[in-house]
Amino acid sequence: MAATFQSSLYASRRRRNRISMGLAFAATAFGLSWLVLILAVLLWEGFSGLSLSVFTEMTPPPGSAGGLLNPIAGSLIMTTIAVLIGTPLGILAGTYMAEYGRYDRLTTVVRFINDILLSAPSIVVGLFVYEVMVAQMGHFSGWAGAVSLAVIVVPVVVRTTEDMLILVPDTLREAAASIGLPRSLMITKVAYRAARAGMVTGVLLAIARISGETAPLLFTALNNQFWSLNLNAPVASLPVVIFQFALSPYHDWQKLAWTGALIITLAVLALSIIARTLAVQRKTS
Amino acid sequence: MQPTGRPPVVDVALQGRGIAVADQMDRAKVLQRLRLGDAAYRHLTRAAAITVLVILGGIIISLVWGSLPALRAFGISFLYEEAWNPVTEKFGAIAPIYGTIVTSVIAMLIAVPVGLFIAVFLTELCPMWLRRPVGIAIELLAGIPSIIYGIWGLFVFAPFLQQHVQPFIISLFGEIPVLSNLLAGPPYGIGILTAGLILAIMVLPFVTSISRDVFEAVPPVLKEAAYGLGCTTWEVCRYVVLPYARVGVIGGVMLGLGRALGETMAVTFVIGNAHRISGSLLAPGTTISATIANEFTEAVGDLYTSALIALGLILFVITFIVLAAARLMLMRLNARVGG
Repeated sequence: MAATFQSSLYASRRRRNRISMGLAFAATAFGLSWLVLILAVLLWEGFSGLSLSVFTEMTPPPGSAGGLLNPIAGSLIMTTIAVLIGTPLGILAGTYMAEYGRYDRLTTVVRFINDILLSAPSIVVGLFVYEVMVAQMGHFSGWAGAVSLAVIVVPVVVRTTEDMLILVPDTLREAAASIGLPRSLMITKVAYRAARAGMVTGVLLAIARISGETAPLLFTALNNQFWSLNLNAPVASLPVVIFQFALSPYHDWQKLAWTGALIITLAVLALSIIARTLAVQRKTS
Repeated sequence: MQPTGRPPVVDVALQGRGIAVADQMDRAKVLQRLRLGDAAYRHLTRAAAITVLVILGGIIISLVWGSLPALRAFGISFLYEEAWNPVTEKFGAIAPIYGTIVTSVIAMLIAVPVGLFIAVFLTELCPMWLRRPVGIAIELLAGIPSIIYGIWGLFVFAPFLQQHVQPFIISLFGEIPVLSNLLAGPPYGIGILTAGLILAIMVLPFVTSISRDVFEAVPPVLKEAAYGLGCTTWEVCRYVVLPYARVGVIGGVMLGLGRALGETMAVTFVIGNAHRISGSLLAPGTTISATIANEFTEAVGDLYTSALIALGLILFVITFIVLAAARLMLMRLNARVGG
């Protein structure tokens, strides 16, 4: 009697284990299938539209052929400016937190606030830059778009810079100090060099993050149908053009939107894979 | 005094930087310059760190400033009025707030169990060589820009739901009292449920990667002891790993929730942008971020713009609270692991 009771308990425990482990398999397959599905549709829809003219022609009026040259150029320019503004600021702030004020109250507060900014809704950043720049200047501009992207770059770079500098062994710093090197040179010549791969990873991740950002550009850089590199005027960007074209009723535009989506996704995935391999090399070396 | 013949090591280290150390006078000057440079660099980095705080302060101040006209005009009723009429300039935020919360709740209801099970798979079942590739693949889901989810949701996912899933759901639950109202109506394809499902896919990687990290931080001795007692893998996960990792998992879930609440583009494509609270999850609705994205550039009149900025302020306050709670939990966890 007791034996059968025990074996039935054992059987039910085993059954429960099998079911839940099956669920774990299923959940993983479920999660991975979305990645496959999204990438497959993107390749299917986007690849057929991919041609040289996409990179050499302007965005067309509805009903005619064209390319994505002006939004691609606009995206590249605004991303570059955003990185040029955001990276130095982020690296300097991360340097303070890891090197000068590692145990400061200020560092604790900045780390907390920075982590919140890291996940803050990007559309709120757009509203902020709208209020501060667009409303004051009286017009939409590429500068405003670049600044709003820079606001998104800063927290990513701060976070990785701080993390990577903290990983640098203190013996390196002590060695530099022991030969009489001043602290600023110790940081720039020794600590930065030791943490370089990780810091580059942070910048790459930041670029990947902003190259797909749409929400903050909607009402800062707006959009531009024509070739314009004037940063004091509205500038087209790839994500905003995708947004506009995908929601339009015109088939040509929707086609271009898919092609643009494919370009962005490939660029972003390539960036994050490069960033990851860099990070792995850092860990294993 | 330095011994003659060999220069001090620091001079060697500084060579090639244009700092020539010829005699004692120059040496004093160089040291003075280095001291100044050191102080300057310290203050520069400190200023940069403070800039991060200034950015947050700027966001809060500009949102409050921008939303003042709307808050003055409508007062506290802005929070619970449903009307959203640009023509008569009557604005209330409850429909977008409702949409934001409901879509996020749907997303978390799906993403949390699935994410936890994936984390179990990655830490307990998956062969070693497969762990990194599968982990990276899941994390790549987080790397895909939200506009891609939007365009995919609009052209692929919503039509699929409309044609194959929603008619089935409607007929399945048509007879059951509560669910028939919750899942009623014509299958539009786009709507609250679709937005919630897409958000679930988007926050899945956040929940998964944090859960996996905290699961991995569970001391192996604990798990081995449980296995030694004869526990099954499920029992080890349920009664040893999960209780130990609880705080971290909740932190990760809140982080994912913060993302879901603020997500804009993916939702804008599939929510339908209808300013009303509908009893059915299949009906179109709107969220705070989708409303701002859709209407901000077309908003005429100061009150309209201001009402949209006030929506942004509400969103920021909600996400700030959620994210702050998440961070505090994760910080507490780190303190426990560290100490």
